[in-house]
Amino acid sequence: MQTNLQLTKEGRLRHLLTIEGLPSDTILNILDTANRFIDPKTHEIQKVPLLSGKAVFNLFFENSTRTRTTFEIAAKRLSADVINLNINTSSQSKGETLLDTVDNLVSMQAAMFIVRHNESGAAHLIARHVAPHIKVINAGDGRHAHPTQALLDLFTIRYFRPDLSRLRVAIVGDILHSRVARSDIHALNAMGIAEVRVIAPYTLLPKGIELLGVKVFHDMAKGLRDVDVIIILRLQNERMSGSLLPSPQEYFKSYGLTSEKLRLAHPDVLVMHPGPMNRGIEIDSAVADGPHSVILSQVTFGIAIRMAVMSILMKED
Amino acid sequence: MHIQIKKGRIINPATQHDAIDDLYISHGEIVAIGVCPPGFIPDRTINAEGYIVCPGLIDLSARLREPGYEYKATLESELYAAVAGGVTSIACPPDTDPVLDEPGLVEMLKHRARTLNQAHVYPVGALTVGLKGEALTEMAELSDAGCIAFSHADAPFINTRVIYRAMQYAATYNFTVWLRPQDAYLGEGGVAHDGEIATRLGLPAIPSLAETIALTTLISLARETGVKLHICRLSTASGIQIIQQAREEGLAITCDVSSQHVHLSEQDIGNFDSHFHLAPPLRSQTDRNAIRAGLASGEIDAICSDHTPVDEDAKLLPFSQSEPGATGLELLLPLTLKWAREEEIKLVDALRLITQTPAKILGIKAGSLDVGEPADICIFDPEQSWRVTPETLISQSKNTPFLDMDMKGRVMYTLMEGAVVYET
Repeated sequence: MQTNLQLTKEGRLRHLLTIEGLPSDTILNILDTANRFIDPKTHEIQKVPLLSGKAVFNLFFENSTRTRTTFEIAAKRLSADVINLNINTSSQSKGETLLDTVDNLVSMQAAMFIVRHNESGAAHLIARHVAPHIKVINAGDGRHAHPTQALLDLFTIRYFRPDLSRLRVAIVGDILHSRVARSDIHALNAMGIAEVRVIAPYTLLPKGIELLGVKVFHDMAKGLRDVDVIIILRLQNERMSGSLLPSPQEYFKSYGLTSEKLRLAHPDVLVMHPGPMNRGIEIDSAVADGPHSVILSQVTFGIAIRMAVMSILMKED
Repeated sequence: MHIQIKKGRIINPATQHDAIDDLYISHGEIVAIGVCPPGFIPDRTINAEGYIVCPGLIDLSARLREPGYEYKATLESELYAAVAGGVTSIACPPDTDPVLDEPGLVEMLKHRARTLNQAHVYPVGALTVGLKGEALTEMAELSDAGCIAFSHADAPFINTRVIYRAMQYAATYNFTVWLRPQDAYLGEGGVAHDGEIATRLGLPAIPSLAETIALTTLISLARETGVKLHICRLSTASGIQIIQQAREEGLAITCDVSSQHVHLSEQDIGNFDSHFHLAPPLRSQTDRNAIRAGLASGEIDAICSDHTPVDEDAKLLPFSQSEPGATGLELLLPLTLKWAREEEIKLVDALRLITQTPAKILGIKAGSLDVGEPADICIFDPEQSWRVTPETLISQSKNTPFLDMDMKGRVMYTLMEGAVVYET
């Protein structure tokens, strides 16, 4: 079995499945490539013919509007042919297996799959299965990884705070179920950020999270002190009341980011959120729409990052 | 039929015998070791020079998948795989479809196995109807039909009162209850050990607590009911400790581990390799080391293959959705030898864990090479290496974490009741 599915022996990117194990120069190359797609004057994202004639399949086994749309826009800006498939509603319900679906699409001349799936490891499974000329981008698998989200988060942080080495970043919320948290932690550590913190109640922290290179806090007052960046995670509806948390109200009181709690952080703190937001649960509207928020920039940069990843993968042949 | 096995190194863990000798078989029984009985004229002579002659292996858990899952494996394919692995006696768990909860099903399985005349098959009956954990099965009837013990396989056991009563009822007849300790709620939905790897890979986890809490409950119930309890597939260091404490207190509890767990840990899952999706999950390296030490010290009584044939499609899925289990009958011997080599354990002591002690747990007359015993014998070349591939495996299913690995120790002949049922 291949020990590294996403890198060739020479260290070139073959698929993008996870941030874990990506060398920092590979990450930097993606960030720099993304930068070139953004017009320095207008901040608009340019259209280029790099993927002209290539078929990119958005293979979404789990609902998503934002991620799917930004991948679609990114592929179109690269002049690719984009086909969107929401599998929940079609072949899976007819009993077709994941790999059967993939095989069928390969026969339709797919050049690249962008995969979102509710099970950890789904993108790895597909990457292991397809022929070497077909590229796979993980657009989120279960609780495991969401590498393009982490890259756009890095891009956003670097855009506003170019010196990464001195930054303290806190990730707040449901770390246990979050692929964004895992990928962000790997990305931030790969870039040599001074300190990565996670803040959550014990019920929302996976065992041994500190082994990923984070400092663990359970109290916002301590965890937010002097941080330069706060990444707020989305709390899924089904986890707001039950055996993980008693109620959204209590969660908001302890962990919701309000203007008051924001004052504990560095005066120039950046506030980020991967979206979609639950206002009044994990973040207060005053903060989400306030001067520290860079949440909408994240979305725009997400397009450039996804263009960069696609173009790098397609260039590598 | 008279068979002479010549010049083999005869290892009989039951008597600590380990010497090069000839072994003589007549009418399905071992009649002499060393000295040729008067008037013995062999119909067949097997040259075992350079080979080890030991009791046929006894596997405490091998799923044969009949009835109900013939697309995964059949009795024909798996019993032949058993003898190819030197295994002559198999205990098979009740999680077939339908579940082994009716005497007729057990009789049919025994009958089918007898007709095939390969390895002996000892069904383990279901402890509750349909393995639902609600109503008791007709254990006395099932025992008459051929069940040697009663278990719950991997089905969750939620209602403690039902386990309590099932143990009381089994104790009434002096039946043995075999259970794999896993708290149903703590284990629910989990697919990997609650540790570093599950955290990294984002896999739903099963904490060690799921095992230790269930184990503590089962031991309390066994203490109260006096039932004979066998603990299946122990996976944690703390679980081994709990059993040891119970034994020091005087409780007669036995336990086994799977051959996979002797060698592998959560670290081996790699990039979501579903061949490493097992039940119980592969745990930490500390747990694996405790299992290896527990086997050496005798705290763990037996190694079983936990043979679970899974069809390829059921493994070609994201890790959590893939079906747990590994094929193992043909790997039980080489994996036991590998452990013995790595830990410098004497062969006679290593082989005991797959012959004499499992025979004792099953309560069957097997697992020994004494004169007068049935001639269930495994003859293997301890030096010969072979590679585990879909082609070299006889089992219908090829799902094993050891695929493409080299194994040392190859079965040359298997005899059941004095008949050669496998030879290379």
